[in-house]
Amino acid sequence: MIEFPRVETIVFALLIISLFLAFVRLLMGPSLPDRVVALDLISVTTAGFIAIYAIESGQPVYLDAAIVLGLITFLSTVALAQYIERRARDE
Amino acid sequence: MNEFISNALMLIGAIFFLLSAVGILRMPDLFTRMQPATKGTTLGIACTLLAVAVHFSDSSVTARAIAAIAFFFITAPVTAHLISRASYFVGVPLWKDTVIDELRGRYNPITHALDDLPSAQEQVLVRDAERTSDES
Repeated sequence: MIEFPRVETIVFALLIISLFLAFVRLLMGPSLPDRVVALDLISVTTAGFIAIYAIESGQPVYLDAAIVLGLITFLSTVALAQYIERRARDE
Repeated sequence: MNEFISNALMLIGAIFFLLSAVGILRMPDLFTRMQPATKGTTLGIACTLLAVAVHFSDSSVTARAIAAIAFFFITAPVTAHLISRASYFVGVPLWKDTVIDELRGRYNPITHALDDLPSAQEQVLVRDAERTSDES
């Protein structure tokens, strides 16, 4: 009898595929804002990955790591947007 | 029952993340790419954190998950607005089949102000040129 995989395993596989697709856009991205959007997507997907890992390991402490990663993502994206704008102004 | 709801929410969240990754890879220009990247990740992280809250069914975990969902719902539009604003200033090209760009012609790229009439835009440009020459 074939053993059906756990739902956590399927979810991890889907998240890894989406991380890979976003990484392709990070490498391809024709302009700098494209790369920033891809980096934002990668960070939030990683936060979701950590949240699923909290379920898989049975440790709710990992939820705090996901929250902190979301906070850092927000701050870094705001800083990168400011940088894009200022770089255009200086030229 | 809790386990079933948690698993379903996890799967829905992962599908949202996958759809936003496919969207960011397949969409033709930056501004259409930001749409799946912002909405998909917001809904994906909301479903995932709700799955965590349902799975543990503990008040402290639920409170943290709901606070994190509120945080993501507030910050995602802010970051999308900042990036799209900055990239419109930089001059990232639109898709060739874009139907309408309402800012074109009514927007002053130097002062970042909205101008209805081209004469007002010229006045602003002249005034700025005078101001910079006065300072120097």
